[in-house]
Amino acid sequence: MIEVKSLYKSFEDKEVLNDINCVFDNGKTNLIIGQSGSGKTVLMKCIVGLFRPTSGEVLYDGRDLVTMNKQEWKMLRREMGMLFQSAALFDSMTVLENVMFPLDMFSRDNYADRVKRAQFCLDRVNLLEAQQKYPDEISGGMQKRAAIARAIALNPKYLFCDEPNSGLDPKTSLVIDDLIHDITVEFNMTTIINTHDMNSVMGIGENILYIYEGHKEWQGSKDQIMSSTNERLNSFIFASDLFRKVKEANK
Amino acid sequence: MLFYKSVATFGRYLMLMRRTFSRPERMRMFFKQYIKEMSQQGVDSIGIVLLISFFIGAVICIQIKLNIESPWMPKFVTGYTTREIMLLEFSSSIMCLILAGKVGSNIASEIGTMRVTQQIDALEIMGVNSANYLILPKVLGMMTMMPVLVCFSIFSGFVGAYATAIIGHIITVDDLTLGLQHEFNEWYVWMGFIKSIFFAFVITSVSAFYGYTVEGGSVEVGKASTDSVVSSSVLILFSDVLLTQLLS
Repeated sequence: MIEVKSLYKSFEDKEVLNDINCVFDNGKTNLIIGQSGSGKTVLMKCIVGLFRPTSGEVLYDGRDLVTMNKQEWKMLRREMGMLFQSAALFDSMTVLENVMFPLDMFSRDNYADRVKRAQFCLDRVNLLEAQQKYPDEISGGMQKRAAIARAIALNPKYLFCDEPNSGLDPKTSLVIDDLIHDITVEFNMTTIINTHDMNSVMGIGENILYIYEGHKEWQGSKDQIMSSTNERLNSFIFASDLFRKVKEANK
Repeated sequence: MLFYKSVATFGRYLMLMRRTFSRPERMRMFFKQYIKEMSQQGVDSIGIVLLISFFIGAVICIQIKLNIESPWMPKFVTGYTTREIMLLEFSSSIMCLILAGKVGSNIASEIGTMRVTQQIDALEIMGVNSANYLILPKVLGMMTMMPVLVCFSIFSGFVGAYATAIIGHIITVDDLTLGLQHEFNEWYVWMGFIKSIFFAFVITSVSAFYGYTVEGGSVEVGKASTDSVVSSSVLILFSDVLLTQLLS
């Protein structure tokens, strides 16, 4: 479980995050949604430790990221996996080498066991056949799946996904969403997804945090979103015709 | 303002170097990268070093012969001067300036691209000291290979000089050989090695700094690549003056 308490983040004079309080549960797909520029990426970066909050707490099962010493932080990072918007695969390595990288760095297993583990992760995301290919030889969806395999290689407790569906077609997006959801349940991870893809919200949003201009505007599940009376949330969620019609049909 | 900015940049450079020069997480991974960098930065530069040094050696020989020819001048002067220029300045300093263009831009653009495509963020999230993993093998790899490149450069320059003697008949082979051997001071070779190792550090660390601190997209990566070449070239020229004074 990850808890965020009274989190503030400013860049020089500009306040980007303002008193964020929320809880992200284990074994659930937690979504952070919001318009572009609302501060959701900054929030994600504060949670994973890429940005230091101006004030507040980020608790990983009770351990505060902000006050951790170097060694504790290092250990915590090994419990994290992250899927970046651009997949961020190392382009000088094959898909298999990419997945093996965290194992080569931190695992004490022998080479054969590391290969076995990497191949298991690739098989889990249905990408075993592309293991010898380089990232620029595979499609965007395959790159995302390879990045998921790399993220779960060390069996992390926490998985972070920054806009996992960006640049993907709707069908591939669904595959990625389902994969993240299944992996979250299977490995009982705390997963946080940063997205503005409404299909993801409606598909896998078990716990949704809506950020509006740097503060928490609303939190609930995908079922509660349909009946929400929050105007800002509604104008964001039902901005597209399709979702407006779905809501009207539900009524 | 400019002074403040320069001091701030130097401070950030030192902080990056502090992170870079720490114990690698996994020695096995470090040596793998180290060997790769020696090949990529050093072995891949042998061709250009041989080519440029060959022609510069030949040109120096021709210029000296044609411009300082005099009945009062001993015949070995051409070979002697060619040797001194190659040993003291060309193969160490000027060759490093050329390599600052090739290797420096390569390092800055490689690390800069990794930065803008979030590959460095990915390393950090995994708990890897990205500066140490990416920069240290490049710095040490180039520092290891640079004296080797200097040797190749000196050798190739002499071959170029002999080519003018054998093919161009500018000078006799005997006169050239006499000049190349005349009052040979071994320390000049060591001086070239010491200077080149220092310049290798400047090229790789400065270029890595520019690449590592890129913010933005492809335009900024291109700018970082250019800035790294300019900065490392200027630093090489400045430090060349100091090192020459210090080591002579």
